[in-house]
Amino acid sequence: MRSRSDDGTNLAHTAEATTTRPTTPVGDVPREAGRSDAWGSMAFEDRMATVDFRVAEKAHIEVDSEVCRSCTTRSCVGACPAALFVPTADGGILFNYEECFECGTCYMICNNEGAITWSYPEGGHGVVYKKS
Amino acid sequence: MTERFDAVVVGAGPAGSAAALVLAQGGASVCLLERGPFPGSKNMYGGVIYGRILDGLIPQWWDEAPVQRWVTRRCTTMLTAGQALTIDYRTSAWGSPPYNGATAFRPDFDAWLAGKAEAAGAVLVCSTTATGLLRNEAGAIVGVRTDRPDGDIEARTVIACDGVNSFLAKEAGLYHHAEADHFTLGVKEVLALPRRDIEERFGLRGLEGADFEIVGCTGDVPGGGFIYTNLDSIAVGLVLSLPGLAASKRRPEDILAEMKTHPAIAPLVEGAELKEYSAHLIPEGGYDMMPELGQDNLLIAGDAAAMCLAAGIWLEGVNFAIGSGAAAGEAVVEALTRGGVVAQPLEGYRRRLENSFVLADHKKLRRAPGLVLSDRVQSRYPQLACNLAERMFTVDNPSPKKGMVALGRQEIKRSGVRLRDLARDAWTGLRTFG
Repeated sequence: MRSRSDDGTNLAHTAEATTTRPTTPVGDVPREAGRSDAWGSMAFEDRMATVDFRVAEKAHIEVDSEVCRSCTTRSCVGACPAALFVPTADGGILFNYEECFECGTCYMICNNEGAITWSYPEGGHGVVYKKS
Repeated sequence: MTERFDAVVVGAGPAGSAAALVLAQGGASVCLLERGPFPGSKNMYGGVIYGRILDGLIPQWWDEAPVQRWVTRRCTTMLTAGQALTIDYRTSAWGSPPYNGATAFRPDFDAWLAGKAEAAGAVLVCSTTATGLLRNEAGAIVGVRTDRPDGDIEARTVIACDGVNSFLAKEAGLYHHAEADHFTLGVKEVLALPRRDIEERFGLRGLEGADFEIVGCTGDVPGGGFIYTNLDSIAVGLVLSLPGLAASKRRPEDILAEMKTHPAIAPLVEGAELKEYSAHLIPEGGYDMMPELGQDNLLIAGDAAAMCLAAGIWLEGVNFAIGSGAAAGEAVVEALTRGGVVAQPLEGYRRRLENSFVLADHKKLRRAPGLVLSDRVQSRYPQLACNLAERMFTVDNPSPKKGMVALGRQEIKRSGVRLRDLARDAWTGLRTFG
C-alpha cells in the first residue's frame, strides 16, 4: 500500500530520487508474480505491497552519487531490505525513498563516509506497521 | 508550544512510555513525543515480551494487555542443510498468571502502554519528529526541536527513547561505537494461518504460544532465525549481521525464503499468506558497545542506549526498554523532588540500572555477542551436534554400535573444530552463561 502525500505534488525531491520503483532485478532467486507459493517465495513488489507507506513530500534519504562512483562494494544495493538502491551505468546510485522501512541499514553499511545522508521522515509519514 | 515540561520523552515505544508513565505517576509534567501516526507504528521486533518488569508498573497487566499468545513452548533449533536438532521445552506454568513471555503486535502493545502513560497524565503528541536537541545560550540542553511549526518543546529534562538509530544520542556525542559490526538487521514476515492450523502445526491449545529460535539458517551470514505464533498468524524472520550481509552480496528476503524451504521449517510455514513484511535494526553489541547513558539533563533508554540483549539463548529487548525507561523516569522524579540539580538524574539513572537486571544482565553477558556470532557457534557446532545425533540414532547393522566417546572423537575430528577452540569456547560459555 502506498498513500501519496495530501497535496499530490511530485514526490521526487532531489535529482537522483526516483519516484517509481526501479525494475532492475534485485536477487538471483526467480520471482513469480502473484501470491506466495508453498515455499513462500514471491514477487518483491507483492512483498512490499503488504506494507503501508505514508509517503512524505520531502525525501529523507540523500545520496551523493559523486562519492558512490568511487565505491567498489556498493553494499547498500544488496543489503537494503526494501531494495531502494540501484546502481546506474555511469557508476552512480539511483535511490527511492518512498518505500523505506527506516531501518538505517544503508547508512550503517555505507563504506564511503557521507555518501548516504539519512534522517527520519517528517512526523506522521513513512512506514506504518500494523502487525509487526 | 510555550509550556515548559518537567520532562520531554522522545519516542513512545516501550522505553519512552514506561518513562512517561513513571514520570506522570510521580507528579511530573511530561510530554511524550512520537514520530509515527500512533505509538508502535514504527516498531518491529523478534517477537516475545517478557512481562515481569511490568508487574510493578501496571498491576495485573495481563488482564488488559493486547497479547496474542502466552509462550508455553520454547524451542532452540540447530539446522544444517538437511538436518535439525531441537531442544524443545514446554511448561503449562507459563500458560497462567503471572505468565512468562507473550507474543503481541507492537502497534497494539506499544499503543496500549502509551495509553497508560496518557491516562496517568502524560501529554502524548504523535506525528511529530524530534529533529534535534534544544540548547540555551550557555549550551545546556533545555528541550527538543521538532518538525512542527514553532515546534520547540522546552523541558527541564530530555529522555531520548528514539530507538536504535537515536539521532539525539548521536547529536549529544554519547555514541563511541556506532559501527555496523554492532548491529544486526531483522527482517520479518507476518503470515496468516488459520488458528486451527497453528494449533496443529505447533502443538498448542487455546492461547498457548510457541517460540522457535534457530541457528544455522542464515548461510554465510552470521545471524539466526525465529518463528513466533500469534493468534491467527505466525511471525517468521531472520536476524543478520550487517557486515556479514554486506559481504555475502545476498538479499535478506532470499535468505529468509531459503530458511522457509528447510525440511524442518517448511511444514510449519507452508501455505501461509504474507500479511506484512517488516525490517528493523537491532543493537546487538552488548555491554561493551553501549553508549554513555546520558549527559547533564539528557538520559537515553531502550534501543537508543543499545540495551537489546542478544545472548544466543536469551533474546530480550522490550523488557530492557521498559526497565531502562522506568529507571530514567524514576531518576528524573527523584531529581525534581530534590530540586533538580542537573547532574542528579544521570547519577540516579546509572545507579538504578546497575542495581537492576538491565545493566547486571548485560555486564554478565558481555562476551556473548562475540561468541554467538562466531563461525563455530554459527555453523561448525550445529553441524557437529547434528552429525553426532545422526550417528547416535542411525542403526548401522550389521556393524556393532560405537561408544559415545568414540563417536564424539570421530565427529569432532570430522568437523574440523580444533580441540583448543572447543575448550576455549566452552570456557567462555561457562564464564558467560555459568
